[in-house]
Amino acid sequence: MSQSLDLDFRLRQGGFALEVRQSLPVAGLTAIFGPSGAGKSTLLRAIAGFERTGGQISFGGDIWEGDGRFLAPHLRRVGYVFQEPRLFAHLDVAGNLTYAARRAGAGTDASADVAATAQRFGLGPLMVRRPHQLSGGEAQRVALARAVLARPRLLVMDEPVSALDAARRAEIFPLIEALRDRDGIGILYVSHALTEVVRLAGHVLTLVDGRVAGFGPAAAIIAEGGAAFGGVDTACLIEAEHAGDTADGLAQLSFSGGTLLVPAQGLAPGGRVRVLVQARDVMIARAPPEGLSALNVLAVRVVAITDLGPADCEVRLDCAGWVLRARVTRRSVQALALAEGVHCHAVLKSVALARG
Amino acid sequence: MSAGDLQSLWLTLRLAGVVTGLLLLIATPLAWWLAHSRARLVPVVEALTALPLVLPPTVIGFYMLVAFAPGSLVGGLWLRLTGHGLGFSFAGLVVASLFYSLPFAVQPLQAGFVQMGRAPLEAAASLGAAPWDAFLSVTLPLSLRAYLTAGVLTFAHTMGEFGVVLMVGGNIPGQTRVISVALYEAVEGLDYGAAHRLAGLLMVLSFAVLLGLYGLNAQTGRGRAK
Repeated sequence: MSQSLDLDFRLRQGGFALEVRQSLPVAGLTAIFGPSGAGKSTLLRAIAGFERTGGQISFGGDIWEGDGRFLAPHLRRVGYVFQEPRLFAHLDVAGNLTYAARRAGAGTDASADVAATAQRFGLGPLMVRRPHQLSGGEAQRVALARAVLARPRLLVMDEPVSALDAARRAEIFPLIEALRDRDGIGILYVSHALTEVVRLAGHVLTLVDGRVAGFGPAAAIIAEGGAAFGGVDTACLIEAEHAGDTADGLAQLSFSGGTLLVPAQGLAPGGRVRVLVQARDVMIARAPPEGLSALNVLAVRVVAITDLGPADCEVRLDCAGWVLRARVTRRSVQALALAEGVHCHAVLKSVALARG
Repeated sequence: MSAGDLQSLWLTLRLAGVVTGLLLLIATPLAWWLAHSRARLVPVVEALTALPLVLPPTVIGFYMLVAFAPGSLVGGLWLRLTGHGLGFSFAGLVVASLFYSLPFAVQPLQAGFVQMGRAPLEAAASLGAAPWDAFLSVTLPLSLRAYLTAGVLTFAHTMGEFGVVLMVGGNIPGQTRVISVALYEAVEGLDYGAAHRLAGLLMVLSFAVLLGLYGLNAQTGRGRAK
């Protein structure tokens, strides 16, 4: 039986209230997504025990808060990776790692754990450095390794890569994916970057103004869109299998609705990949289009049409069970006589590949 | 230097040492509470703690003297526990100095705790460190500079006290005659030679202690900036 984290509380902080009644899986990576100020960090702090909620929080049947009890943070074993690394300034990297390993509980070999984890996170050359001698990416790698060494029952991460540039992020993501897949640690991952969610998350919890706006599998939640996504930059997620590469350097990604072609980018064949399609990158054609530079055209059916503004509409399309969204003008909707149930073709101007 | 001078010197150092040790222990929880609590009582306690900074030492000395009287609550209790009176004794000097030097221990520690913030402690808790463990393994080492400053300032300030000592301690050789009091007596007796020796001694001692502090501060400061 897989464990779950059960939340039922209302936490007031000044004029802000965070209200959550939700059961979250403690398996895989669950992204907590929403605009800034939605209460994402506060939710993590409540789970870790840094804030008292006055409500109920239980983990795998253990009551962490509720019924007049409050389990102290250090007894919850929630590994916390903060936005800033929060390494201990008076210890070098090895000292920071050992600090966690020594507190990992009985029956663990601290020095062996530290050596193995340092190797895995590529920290070998950094072990004798002080935190202030590390770059941002290095420090966050140490923070991640340190959190893992404490053998947490649950890992929570609060925008762990938001202070890093794209190249440094690309170094961190595989480490997080390995924790999710190889170690099987349940991870709650706060982010306001859709690309991170698409790449990492199995489930998504969306928060808006301190309330849960949605929860479910990543593809479904992203397809639903809504206020958590800011309304405008709606997108859809398609999970596909990397079937092989073409001679001219394109990867063939097959899914139930057809095949997508994207530049291979050194992608290994056989793996599952996720593709993000922005609504503004989808055009609609009634007849199969010819003489077009776009590579990806999918047969779809119109599910719904909603107004976005005086001139704009969003057309929700079904592609063999996957949802696609297209942002088009009302004039186009009329010119093409689009209506619910109409079969047509979606032309994808661009698709973004998110590995994993 | 006369035997009496040496006795006063030793007494002064002993008083400053005992008071510094005790005050760092007492000031730690107090400064911690002041740094982290959001209680409405905080400003009141803060003001009370800072009172010795602005009050004439004789005021503190006077109230101490009243409190130390054998008929009073504190003095009577002490008499019953130890068989000695608190007034005009070394123990009395220590107790009075604890109040007199309190802000010099509390304020640097409070500033140090505020500067450190809760962030490192939350990190420690998330790694499984219990509060006591986190205090010893994170707070203490990260607040080392604050402790050093508090210790040195308390020591130096206790070494130089005069008004409180005169009120509650009097001038008993080996018991309460610290350097500052011996100096006063020498001047009263027009023994300017002895006065020069004692005044010079206190000067050099205080300077040495402060130089040690600022020298160490500059060193650790450079170490951090590297």
